Amino acid sequence: MSMTKPSLTVLASVAVVLAGAAMAMIFFVAPEDADQGLSQKIFYVHVPIALTAYACFGLAAWKAFRLLTTRGDRYDLESYTGVHQGTIFGALTLVTGSIWAKASWGVWWTWSSNQLVLFLVLFLFYCAYFMLRYSIEPGPRRERISAVYALFGVALVPVSFLAIRLASDFIHPTVFTRDGPQMTGKMFAAFCVSWAAITLLAYVMYRVELAGKRTDANLRELREVLAS
Amino acid sequence: MSGYLADVAALARKDLRLELRARDTLPAMLLFVLATLVVFHFALPADAGDDPAYGLLWVALVFTSLLGLARAWVPEREAGALDGLVLAPTDRSAIWLGKAIASLAFLAAAEVVALPAFILFFAPLDAYALAGVLLASIGICAVGSLVSAMAAASRGREVLLPLIFLPLAIPIVVGGVGASISEEPGKFLAFLGLYDAVFAILSWAAFEYVVTE
Repeated sequence: MSMTKPSLTVLASVAVVLAGAAMAMIFFVAPEDADQGLSQKIFYVHVPIALTAYACFGLAAWKAFRLLTTRGDRYDLESYTGVHQGTIFGALTLVTGSIWAKASWGVWWTWSSNQLVLFLVLFLFYCAYFMLRYSIEPGPRRERISAVYALFGVALVPVSFLAIRLASDFIHPTVFTRDGPQMTGKMFAAFCVSWAAITLLAYVMYRVELAGKRTDANLRELREVLAS
Repeated sequence: MSGYLADVAALARKDLRLELRARDTLPAMLLFVLATLVVFHFALPADAGDDPAYGLLWVALVFTSLLGLARAWVPEREAGALDGLVLAPTDRSAIWLGKAIASLAFLAAAEVVALPAFILFFAPLDAYALAGVLLASIGICAVGSLVSAMAAASRGREVLLPLIFLPLAIPIVVGGVGASISEEPGKFLAFLGLYDAVFAILSWAAFEYVVTE
């Protein structure tokens, strides 16, 4: 690693400041949605969380790919942490999406919202990742199998999305279209700040978890050396 | 290349011969799919019409294939034959391809019984539905042979396989049901073909990492 990473404390503080700024912008700067009113505000949280979950899964797959190509075992924990954070944010996407569905459509769950259904499929898929991982003996084999599974995940995202889109009529509110975002400038600014805050938060959580997991692994190694 | 194909053929032939001698998998799949269809008859309301039956056909096919896939690597695990195969002087992906072809043969044999039974019990199947079954079977066996190898490497393999396989099989069910009941089945057949291509290439490339230490 040639570049030193910024310290976690700094990153965490920036994330907190950004999250505060995002909250202020969501409620005081962005205008209220003419159609949905106050309940539309959850959009500024829901969509960034969903995008962050995708980013985590993507990161996990990239680390998995690196593991398979370079055989560096440090990528194993990084890929695992990516999947773990992605699953957390995926679950949050389901929760916030469910709340939004209740507010704007009157039901807690609807099969007509493609993104929600996709997240349910991904959530099931990545939950099985943990079951698989923890029922294989630790070692290079577990690292490889986990990595292959994480790689399958990124292939499953577009394929499932296409499948769900084919399977149902498309009525989810489309905010991003080919003509660019359908938002006013202030709304878009609030959205971007919120997005940055949540992405940074995810990154901080990723680093914290990774540091913990690394310490754990080192400690275990040390114990084994001392015991033998 | 011909050496590779010869290896694949030898591996697939080995699985088929084992099955012919031991009859471990295929009779179970046949009985299971027939029993499932009978259960579906009682699960469907009498006035439900044909469409729900087509949906249940796909449930029956996916679960039947699961039954076969759960046993796919048992012969290799017993007596540690997989280690021998991995050490054999051939590309490891040949092991996957041989297993996928053998699984496809078992699934096709189960379908030869299941589809006429479905037509007899429930509703007719057109050419699009049959093409859907063919494409979906290829996808099921391609992905299934890989994930069942993953599950076979773990402790709770019987429990794990459905958990891993079902989320991956959801697009197959979408494509298959669409090909059976949609007004424009071509779209769904194209989707199934895309699924087969994407996941067959991925499984083919990834298999080596699943079996090597």
